[in-house]
Amino acid sequence: MAKGREAEDGGEDRAEGGAVDAAELRGRVRELLAAHPPGAVSPEEFLRARFDAGLAWVHFPRGLGGLGAPRSLQPVVDAELAAADAPDNDPRRIGIGLGMAAPTILRYGTEEQKQRFLRPLWTGEEPWCQLFSEPGAGSDLAGLRTRAVREPGGDWIVDGQKVWTSSAHTARWAILIARTDPDVPKHQGITYFVCDMTDPGVEVRPLRQLTGEAEFNEVFLTGVRIPDAHRLGAIGDGWRVAQATLMNERVAIGGRVLPREAGMVAAAAATWRERPELRTPELHDRLLSAWIDAEVARLSAERVRQQLAVGSPGPEGAGLKLAFARLNQRISGLEVELLGEDGLRYGDWTMVRPRSVDFYGRDAGYRYLRAKGNSIEGGTSEILRNIIAERVLELPAEPRTDKDAAWKDLPR
Amino acid sequence: MTAPTQPADRSQAHPAAQVRPAAPDLLYSDVEDDLRAAVRDLLADRCPPGAVLTRVEGEQPYDPELWRLLAAELGLAGLLVPEELGGQGATAREAAVVLEELGGAVVPTPFLGSAVLATSALLRCDLADEAVVGLLGRLAAGTTTATLAVPLSAAPGGDFPATVRADAEGRLTGRVTSVADTPGAGVLVVPAVGPDGPGLYEVAAADASVGVEPFSSLDLTRPLADVSFTGSAARPLPSADAPAALDAALLTAAGLLASEQLGVAQWCLDETVRYLGQRHQFGRVVGSFQSLKHRLADLWLEVVSARAAARAAADALATGSPDAPVAVAVAQSYAAGVAVHAAEEAVQLHGGIGMTWEHPAHLYLKRAKADEIALGTPGRHRATLATLVKLPPPN
Repeated sequence: MAKGREAEDGGEDRAEGGAVDAAELRGRVRELLAAHPPGAVSPEEFLRARFDAGLAWVHFPRGLGGLGAPRSLQPVVDAELAAADAPDNDPRRIGIGLGMAAPTILRYGTEEQKQRFLRPLWTGEEPWCQLFSEPGAGSDLAGLRTRAVREPGGDWIVDGQKVWTSSAHTARWAILIARTDPDVPKHQGITYFVCDMTDPGVEVRPLRQLTGEAEFNEVFLTGVRIPDAHRLGAIGDGWRVAQATLMNERVAIGGRVLPREAGMVAAAAATWRERPELRTPELHDRLLSAWIDAEVARLSAERVRQQLAVGSPGPEGAGLKLAFARLNQRISGLEVELLGEDGLRYGDWTMVRPRSVDFYGRDAGYRYLRAKGNSIEGGTSEILRNIIAERVLELPAEPRTDKDAAWKDLPR
Repeated sequence: MTAPTQPADRSQAHPAAQVRPAAPDLLYSDVEDDLRAAVRDLLADRCPPGAVLTRVEGEQPYDPELWRLLAAELGLAGLLVPEELGGQGATAREAAVVLEELGGAVVPTPFLGSAVLATSALLRCDLADEAVVGLLGRLAAGTTTATLAVPLSAAPGGDFPATVRADAEGRLTGRVTSVADTPGAGVLVVPAVGPDGPGLYEVAAADASVGVEPFSSLDLTRPLADVSFTGSAARPLPSADAPAALDAALLTAAGLLASEQLGVAQWCLDETVRYLGQRHQFGRVVGSFQSLKHRLADLWLEVVSARAAARAAADALATGSPDAPVAVAVAQSYAAGVAVHAAEEAVQLHGGIGMTWEHPAHLYLKRAKADEIALGTPGRHRATLATLVKLPPPN
């Protein structure tokens, strides 16, 4: 899936990266640590200095937190800074900004937008959320009905409702797609914006999930004012810009390369080792099958990483999230069963609003329930199978009636 | 839908499983790509699926001219043999690529038996010994073909076989069932237990005291035979540790078989996608029905996963990684099922035509199902893995 890779890399030239190597990065880390000793300056100050030194995300361009270096060198920087006990930007808390907003801004934003948004996004001073899904537009995202109408003065006024918005309650900014032209086919009438979450027209309500927590929100937009300078990409080109975000989202969810026996399988394997009284032959074979599938998924992610690193992208990236969801659901279900009587206990149903999402946290019951979202969030497994079938295997699309009609004329 | 942030790092690997191998190279090198292209071209020219069917129904399941071209012209017979012993000095990575192509065309050739199993066992023998070096040289040159006299179902990690005995004069007596790749094999490399313990022996297959009884095998494209020895003259192939040499051969072959299974699965996927992209029913291309597209998408995911696993095993074998037993157990346990599933889907999604003798899908189904048993079943490899990664069975 070439588009996915291009998007993931922010579409920036990696050619200039040839000049920066691991030794140079280590030297720059030493200089950073000498000039801004982590113990002597505040975490915010250190992170700003790290960004300015081009050590935030080394594959980003110079001046935007990077050095135009190969992405594969980022672990060198991370390891050196971790060894020096330097503060990090808590990537789990600001994952939507890092994984989805930043590459989209880098690729489609104006110079002013890049300069304004990327630094506080990366340092975590300004967290982001993503206002895409709506009650009536889930898998059919392009059918969205949140409207953005342009005022004579040039600002946009947005009205509508978004849903399933992780981190909306902590976000400073949002990436938002809204309908700006109902008279053209649905994919053509969408525009992409940056929305100020402190606007008085933004109302965030927690949406409690089956885990008992409210990690998601409903977001009501009523007369929200967005200056045209916060439009990302051309008017009517929002669907294309959103594709870049969605591709990155899938990689962010399913594409991480973990160590062997990490992720969902870790807890099940640990329970197996620590509690011999729970073992049965049947559970043993299922655990080993799951362990193998987890290892194979890990190798698949590693193989995609290697393909990206040498610049010959393969289509495998699209399948990573599909595999990730299936595996997490299977293993977390097995873990509850393995626990037997203890699997009947659930930690706590109290409604809380976590600051970040945790797939593997809390207890087995939580893991089992939270994993159900893995095949829905960031594109359902069914939509991902369509993408694989149509874009990788090049099978024909299902016959459709909604592609050429004006959005306003579609049945709903 | 808005996605959550990145997964937590909370679940770290348990100390007991903390073999942290360096990341294997899971890609294909330019040399490997070139090798693949050469093998593929030759097979397309000499051995299309229709020809395979005709061949396996005939008297001579292996095409000696095809094997000569593969073995001698392309140098595949000596791929794993060091250059100083007359071979190509390649590694398991290149052999894996060859097996992908041979699997993808279900070619009847003795590559697995001779160039992988027998050769790998010999490479663990005494490489200063004249008999060992001489045989390796002949195998590498393609002038002699051999096979390893073990049941095709033999798995790495098992006991040294005791069905053949060697007497004080080095004569072999006993029987080995379901040996692969005997047609055309001039030499049998035979594990046998002698007065001094386990050893490997070279036996001329044509010797009158050797009985090779082919039987009708499930996999038409990989003939099997029961082999018996009645005081057969044998030449010892000295090694410091014959069980270790045999086990290394079985481990190598099991790991590389995952690449053959990958080749089988890839063909089944490609051919099924191609067919469903052409066939019309209900006024539509059959491949536009979502229920079928989703099945193929799932199958695609299995195939790309099998590729990662097979590459990991090949790389671990090629680099002599201490992680090789884990990588092989993972690859073999995983890829075996993928090949079978892909072949079963190919038959089903071709509909009635998939059930016919003329359509080659059945050749792939039979190869895939036989490969599931070959060199250890998936369950057997899972049991091995349980020990390796410290997930013990119930007491």
